[in-house]
This record gives sequence, structure tokens and C-alpha cells, in this order.
Amino acid sequence: MRGLLAALKEITRYPSAMVGLFILAFILALAAYAVITIPYGEAIRLWRGGEATWRYNPRTAAPAWIDYLTPKKLLRTVILGPEDAQKEVKVLSERTRRLIFTYTLDYEADVFPSELAVVFKSQYEKKPPRVEVIWRTPDGREFSFGRQIPSGKVHWYTVSQDRDLIASLRGAPEEVLFQDPNAPEKTLKGIHTITIKAYVFEPEADLEAEVVVYGTVYGIAGTDHLRRDIWVALLWGAPIALAFGLGASFGITISSIVFAAIGAWFGGWVDAVVQRLTEIRMVIPTLPILIMVGLFYSKSIWVILAVLIGLNLIESTVKQYRAVFLQEKRTPYIEAARSYGARHLRIIFRYLIPRVIPWVIPSFVLAVPAYVFLEASLSVLGLGDPVLPTWGKLLSDAFSHGALYHGYYYWVLEPAFLLMLTGFGFTLIGYTLDKVFNPKLREI
Amino acid sequence: MEPLLRVEDLRLYFRTTKGIVQAVDGVSFELAPRTAMVVVGESGCGKSSLAKAILRLLPRNTHTYSGKIFLDGTDVMALNDEQFRREVRWKRISYVAQAAMNALNPVIKVGTQVAEPLFIHNNLTKSEAVNRVVEAFQLVGVPVDFVDRYPFELSGGMRQRVVIAMALITSPQLVILDEPTSALDVLTQANIMNSLKRIREELELTYILITHDISTSSELALDAMVMYAGQIVELGKAGHFFLEPLHPYSQKLMASVPTLREDKDLEFIPGQPPSLINPPTGCRFAPRCPKRFTTCEKEPPMVEYKDGRKIKCHLYV
Repeated sequence: MRGLLAALKEITRYPSAMVGLFILAFILALAAYAVITIPYGEAIRLWRGGEATWRYNPRTAAPAWIDYLTPKKLLRTVILGPEDAQKEVKVLSERTRRLIFTYTLDYEADVFPSELAVVFKSQYEKKPPRVEVIWRTPDGREFSFGRQIPSGKVHWYTVSQDRDLIASLRGAPEEVLFQDPNAPEKTLKGIHTITIKAYVFEPEADLEAEVVVYGTVYGIAGTDHLRRDIWVALLWGAPIALAFGLGASFGITISSIVFAAIGAWFGGWVDAVVQRLTEIRMVIPTLPILIMVGLFYSKSIWVILAVLIGLNLIESTVKQYRAVFLQEKRTPYIEAARSYGARHLRIIFRYLIPRVIPWVIPSFVLAVPAYVFLEASLSVLGLGDPVLPTWGKLLSDAFSHGALYHGYYYWVLEPAFLLMLTGFGFTLIGYTLDKVFNPKLREI
Repeated sequence: MEPLLRVEDLRLYFRTTKGIVQAVDGVSFELAPRTAMVVVGESGCGKSSLAKAILRLLPRNTHTYSGKIFLDGTDVMALNDEQFRREVRWKRISYVAQAAMNALNPVIKVGTQVAEPLFIHNNLTKSEAVNRVVEAFQLVGVPVDFVDRYPFELSGGMRQRVVIAMALITSPQLVILDEPTSALDVLTQANIMNSLKRIREELELTYILITHDISTSSELALDAMVMYAGQIVELGKAGHFFLEPLHPYSQKLMASVPTLREDKDLEFIPGQPPSLINPPTGCRFAPRCPKRFTTCEKEPPMVEYKDGRKIKCHLYV
């Protein structure tokens, strides 16, 4: 133990390891932050909760910080709710009232909104209210649309998809309403006034409206094709990647050592069986088997992890460890241990296995990124966990929705960056540990 | 007196690519309690193999392992491996291996290492074990504060003492010491031999001391056994043997021991011990024996000499 701590202390002398440790600390902090701020169930809800969860988010919006990097002023989503409205009520008859909501929108962005929508939240017994939207642009043009009867408690009127409106405006509403008539590619800055007129026909009936002007940028990491906040997936990708990578690496390393030690210690047919199994394992490709498991059995990341560890229980490193154990087995102190009656298990676990720890630690650390990447590869192949948000899943979605073709670079670059950062961190630490534990590699 | 250890016709053969090595070939002897027997002979005579055969530390390529071993009247050959491990190893017979300096696990503190047999056989708690380790360290003359050191932090002599402490920790009846002082300087050798002598008297132990250092071992030995080519050639009281070796091989062996301040030419035995794969028929020492005669082509019997010694030589028939 003391030697181990000393070795860990020694790696702080290497700048590369410090960078690696810093990266690892960052990923760990990210993972801890994710798990603490967004509990597992909440993460799944945010990723799989259905449209209602993310309806107010813009679709495929870039991260908000992009705004600081471009000369154009980009648009963050604006939601004008009841508290932003001036409400006027006029009683028209015993049962009928007219409600007028006036919203003002100060539009300063250089880009058009990505979408427009109005949400009607109404309360009524039998007869639904009737509504109308009147949109007044800064230069005084007025458009009236959306004459309709909102049904249900919450009714979404997606202005951008109103075919009649598109036809009458001869263009997408989110562009026509915001463009400068003299220079159609530019936006007209100034104050828009949106008036919503509603008639309610019951004494107890009421209505509230929200105007949603979808932006082109959103949050820390942007959104995907389903309006989901990519930040959730980036955050939750960290603990999952670490759990998968560390879990696979740990399980496989430990089981390989144990099998190597058992084979080397007992020798004879036990050793032969372990060696043959290792060789069989070496010619069986892992990926196709995982793909088959994913296709026919379960795509759950934990099932895949278990299958991966199970497949690699006897990994090719068994050969390396066995070579060391065969040497150790013949040392006088092992002979002495046998003579004082130590049991086989005691010899294997207490005397033999501790001797390979200097070789094991670097290879364990170096193996982690390989398994993190493996999970990402499976996801890109469409075999990612269907429930959990992971980095690989993000890449997979980005790939299948043509993110690069459409110019949604953030969607690909963010998870790719984190994946590479993780790999880089573990690799830096692993190589430094190798130098510390294998004095032959030490720098002069 | 009932012997502590009785060995009858013990054989240990190894299988190698070149053939069967007859490392221990029909060895029979008795060992009284509270005695110390020194086993001498050239390298490759089967001394260490004899020790391993008694402790049943058999390598994988064992071809034959037969004979009878009685320990205090019990037939230990009848025990299965697990019983043998539990009842005999370290409980009744402990062993100080050859190259004992390396017999300490480099990654375990010596205090813990010495306590290992206790954890295995006596189920002691850690604090009880520590007390026993401290006692054992005091007995063999290792400073008590060494318990927290690693083997590489100890000198060769100290490591040797630690190994001896480990052999004594479970209070066995018989201790087999396989060259316990090789690779140590003369002073340390003498020191350890004296300690071993004192410990044997204090704890009433029985020793089998395997060595080729005849002069150092004479200090400790009460009985003596000379082995040649896997067989006993002379067996008797150490006093008789050191004063007047009878077997020609024993005589040659004694003559090769250097003496201080005496101008004599050291003798050596021409040739090498025979290969144990195909040992010569008849007397195995015959090819190198200065006193050989025609009868030597026949297997010599074990002859009892007038002082009670047993000699395997035609000269004394």
C-alpha cells in the first residue's frame, strides 16, 4: 500500500500526468455534478419524457455562447406569458366576455426566429372560447391570423405550420413577420405588438395565452432534432462513460489476472484449459457478438457491459500475466509459503496477484478509453441504450439526422470533444503510471 | 526411546526429459526426540530432496513418491494432502528452505510474514499473533521493532533469523534446516548456529540440519548422516563420525574440510557424483573410490559397525 501511494505521489512529478489528472478531475466533477443535479430518473425523464418536456425549446438550436463568437446577434427563445401581457376584459353580455391580451416584443436579433407558436390555456365547461391573433410589426404592418377555437385545456397553435397563413403571406410566417420589407434577407428591429383577442362564452370560463418566439440558440450545449437539451446528455454521458469504461476495464483486468494466476499456479490441465480459452477468446471478435446481443436481446447498456465483461473474462492479457506468475511461482518465498501450509487460494490471492499490480495499474488505466469508445461505437451503430442519454447516442442522433450536412456542428463536436478528452486524460495518466511502475521506461 | 521420526525406504523420483532422476532412493533412518542430525554430502546428492520428501513438497514432475514416514508413531504417508497440510506442515514439522534469505515475500512486512503460519494454522487474532511474533523475534535475536520492516530493509543475517523465527512460530517438534547459513559471512554463521543451538535446548526441539559446511555444523550435530547419490552411506553419532569417518566417501569428505594453522593439502574427490538418472550398479561411489575392489560391483549392504554406526560399504562386511 505504501509503495502504491508513493507511486501515485511520484506521478505528480510528470506534467503530462498532471494534465491527465486535471482532465480526469474535470470529467469526474462533470459526472458528480450530473448525478447530483439531475438524478437518474430525472435524466431519463428529460431525455425520454415526451414532447411536453421540451416543447418550449427551439429545434436544433446552437449553444447560446455561439452568440459571442459571431458578429450577428442571434436569438434566444422568447416566451411571452400572461404576466407579460396587458389584459383588458369587456363584458359583452350576461355570458359573453371579450378578453384582449397585448404583448410587446422588442426584437433586436439579426436572424429570424426558428419558429413561432401561440399556446392557449383555456378553462370552460362546454363551449370553448374563440381566439384571434393580430400581429403588428415595428413598421406598422398588421397581420391577422389564427382565428380558431382552441380545444382542450392546452392548445398549441404552431404559427409556423399554419398552411393558410403561409399561403397568404407567401412565405414562412417567422420570416415574413420579422423581415425588413425593403431588404428581405434582413430582420426589422424594433417593437412588435401582438394582440390576442378572445371571446369566452361562460361566466366561469377563462383563457391565458403564451406567445413563443423560438430562438436560434439555446442553453450551454444547444438542442437536438427533438428540441431536447443536449446539455443533459453531455452531463449524463460522463457518469455513464466512466461507469462503462471503468467497470469494463476493472472487471476484465481482475478476471484475467485471477484466471492467469489460477492457470499458472495449478499448471497442468487447468493451465491448458485457461490457455486454450484465451486463444479461443483471441480469435472471437467482440464487436459482432455485442451487435448480435444488441439486436436480438437487449440494448441496455448494463446488459452490454455484462456481456462485454463476460466475453472478456479471459482476455489476451492472460498470457502476459501468466508469464509473470510462472516466474513468481518458482521463487523461494512461494516455496516457503507452500511449506508452511498456505492454501492455494492464499498463495494465489495474497502472494501471487500482488506481484503483478505494478503491471496491472497502467494497463487498467490505459484500457478504460477503449471501452468508453466501444460504447460510443455501439451507439453510433444504433445499438446504444434506448433510455439513457450518452455521448455515443448524441453522435448517433447527429449522424442519423445529418447534423454535419445541415451545419449543426455543435451536435457532433460536443460529444466528440468529451469522448476525446476522456480518452486523452486516461491515456496521459496511463502512460505516466507505466513510467513510474516500469523503471525501464523511466526518463533519464 | 520411541523415535520422533522414522523413515522407511523413502523414494522420490523425478521425471525429466532425459529420464527418471532417482533423487532419494530407498532412505531409511530413525531420529530420536530432542536430537540434532546433520545431513552432509556433495551438491546433488539428494539432501534437499530428502527434506522435501519428508515435507511432501513435491514438484509437478514427481514420478515416484513412496516409502513410509512415521512421526511420533503416526503414519503421515497415509494422510491425504489436505490433512497433511493441516496436521503436519508447520504444526509438527517446519522447514527453513535453502536460500532462506529469499524466502521472504518482498511485498509483505516481515512481522506479518512471520505471523502467516499462525494465521493459517492457529486462527489467531492479529494482536495475539503480534505477541507471538515478538516472542519469536526475541528468541532468534531480531530487534522487535523490525516487525514493520520489509525484507529488503534487513541484512542477510537478520533475514535468516526472521526465516528461522517463522519456522519456530507455531512451536513444531521437528525443524528441518536446509543450509540455513549459506551465503552468510563466517561471524554471522557462527552467531546463527549458536542461536539455533540455544533455541533447540530451550524449546527441546529436534533438528535435521542439511549442510555442506561440515565444520560449522559440527557445533550443533548430535547425529550425522552422509548421503551420496540419493542414498545414505553412513549414519551414526556425530561424535564418532567427526573423529573417525568410516565410509571412504565420508573420509574424503572430511579430508576436504580446511583446518586453520595446519599445513595440509586439501583433498578432493576426483570426478563428480554420478548422474542420478542412470546410477552405476553396485556401489554408487565405486567409480571414484580409492579403495574399490571387485566386490564393489555388487550392491553393498547396510552394515552395522561396532559403535552402532551404519555404513553402506563392502569394506565393513
